[in-house]
Amino acid sequence: MKVLEALRIAMRALAANKLRSVLTMLGIIIGVGAVIALMSIGRGVEKYVTDQFAGLGSNLLFIAPGQITEGPPSLRANPVRSLTLGDMVAIADRSRVPHVAAVAADFQTRVQVSRAGKTVTVQANATTPEYPLVRNWNTTIGSYFSTLDSDERQRVVVLGSETYQQLFPNNEYPVDQTVQINGMNFRVIGVMESKGGGPGGNLDRSVFLPLTTGQDRLFKQKTPNGEYRVTVIYASIDDSANIPAAQEAITELMRERRGIKYLDQDDFTIISQNDLISVFGDILGALTIFLGAIAAISLLVGGIGIMNIMLVSVTERTREIGLRKAVGAKRGDVLIQFLIEAMTLAAIGGMIGVALGWGLAQIVSTFFGEFQAVVGADAVVTSLVVATAVGLFFGIFPAFRASRLNPIDALRYE
Amino acid sequence: MVQKNGRTNSQIPVIALHNITKVYQMGDVEVHALRGIDLEVYPGEMIAIMGPSGSGKSTLMNIIGCLDVPTSGTYELDGKDVSRLKDDQLAAIRNHKIGFVFQNFNLLPRTTAVANVELPLIYAGMGGRQRRKRAEEALRLVGLGDRFDHKPNELSGGQQQRVAIARALVNEPSMILADEPTGNLDTKTSVEIMELFQRLNRERGITIVFVTHNPETAEYCNRVVRIRDGLIESDETRQATASIHAPKPHAVSSNGHEAVTVKERER
Repeated sequence: MKVLEALRIAMRALAANKLRSVLTMLGIIIGVGAVIALMSIGRGVEKYVTDQFAGLGSNLLFIAPGQITEGPPSLRANPVRSLTLGDMVAIADRSRVPHVAAVAADFQTRVQVSRAGKTVTVQANATTPEYPLVRNWNTTIGSYFSTLDSDERQRVVVLGSETYQQLFPNNEYPVDQTVQINGMNFRVIGVMESKGGGPGGNLDRSVFLPLTTGQDRLFKQKTPNGEYRVTVIYASIDDSANIPAAQEAITELMRERRGIKYLDQDDFTIISQNDLISVFGDILGALTIFLGAIAAISLLVGGIGIMNIMLVSVTERTREIGLRKAVGAKRGDVLIQFLIEAMTLAAIGGMIGVALGWGLAQIVSTFFGEFQAVVGADAVVTSLVVATAVGLFFGIFPAFRASRLNPIDALRYE
Repeated sequence: MVQKNGRTNSQIPVIALHNITKVYQMGDVEVHALRGIDLEVYPGEMIAIMGPSGSGKSTLMNIIGCLDVPTSGTYELDGKDVSRLKDDQLAAIRNHKIGFVFQNFNLLPRTTAVANVELPLIYAGMGGRQRRKRAEEALRLVGLGDRFDHKPNELSGGQQQRVAIARALVNEPSMILADEPTGNLDTKTSVEIMELFQRLNRERGITIVFVTHNPETAEYCNRVVRIRDGLIESDETRQATASIHAPKPHAVSSNGHEAVTVKERER
């Protein structure tokens, strides 16, 4: 008997008991629906996070003082000795760190910025002029400060987009306007592109000024031997394949500069974007295993439901099976008929589940807005295949039982 | 044995049973349902196998219908030994050689008459279009040319049994095996159904075997085999006493006495 014929018989049998069929499918529907919804949302979040990291700048290494004393995700450093501008200059030396493309140093602190009676407290980034290049980030209005500005310790400032909006509520042209940072007059020379929130705080709520100006005129945070103290050094690497090599070279250089003895621990930390992404990857991986467990349990329950109903169905249809055998159905024909029925039940359940999960994912992403749920074709195909396989597996026993019925007894069954 | 329907002894019998026995094991007790049955049925015969309950009649029907195999003895169906076949081989034989008609019709519910009739053809592997054509032909033959798409619950008992007969005919089997085909029908409908069988037998030469304890069914047959205690008690060939073409139409009655007297006369 052709499979198509069995499929038609199965559809007829399932249609004859619509409510029961739907109830039987419920386990599969819920299982598949939950998996599709959560996987889609997980993918959406993953994509969102990855995009955020990509926004940090390409192939970026972060060098920060201190060791990470607590494991991920709290990347809390315990500062021992500060990094200095000298460290940055050393890292920029291509004879020591071969693959480095550009470096920038950044000293971060909180400042009060005011203009025309408005005062906001934001993060100040006192940076070297290469900062926009390394962070792959540009200004929308005006420009970033130049090496000349930096060398002359000019009191110039570039505003984060949100800081600009707060200080210039009427969208006045900001360039050459004056703002006060911690009471000192600064000339605005540009506004950065909006970058949005991300790891390391919302950079749109900050101001950018030359490191030299900041350390000599404003913060006066120098090391005892007069070097500029910095919070973090960014190094962008020419190719992502060279990141491990660069990381190693920088580590060696820094250990040497800081006089760390062999076998002693580093007192600084180098983090690559990949390290950050992998932390989130670990979290998402754990989530995926958790989802997998939910899926497995609900599919198991759904499968048992299918087996149960198929056994009932075989008993109910004993006479039909007897008749089919009497008119020439072989064991294999009956087996296939009931297997296909169980698989159809599971597959339809799977399809409804996919639709349900897709709908849920859409609702969630509309509700939160921050990310877009991604319903992957692979997830859909996998769910349907697994659901159908569950139907096959749990259909075997009832179908086998049906196929073994003796036509004489089956025809006499009341 | 004088044959009335023109066959010769050189013809291959449809059914040839030789010393068939069937023993059931019921716990420690062996039940001898059949103790040695010899029976030959030739093409074109319309035969009733009769016997009280417990006579082994049902067991014999199951063996003739290839639903079961004998414990010993041989059964040749159309010249082919089927007494030692496996389940799936028996299923194929049933599909090609035997059409079943049951007391309770055994139609698939919620399934149209045509689809019910098509059932044996599905298992014969026939394509959909040809199947439908053959099923419609069979339904016309039993007088249901206007009921193709009716479901069993939309048909009367007699019509349902006609669908079952069409289903039995559709594969052009060597014989139709009918188990109490009028058992669930009223007298008038029973007569119609038996006349249909008789017409199929006479006009189309279809071999029909009835298994029944109803003497009225036997009246339509030209051979009656009586079973008792697992053995053939009597085997008589005679003119059907009830017949659509019979000169005595009153024989088609529920009065069994006259039929008995006729049979006694023949003896």
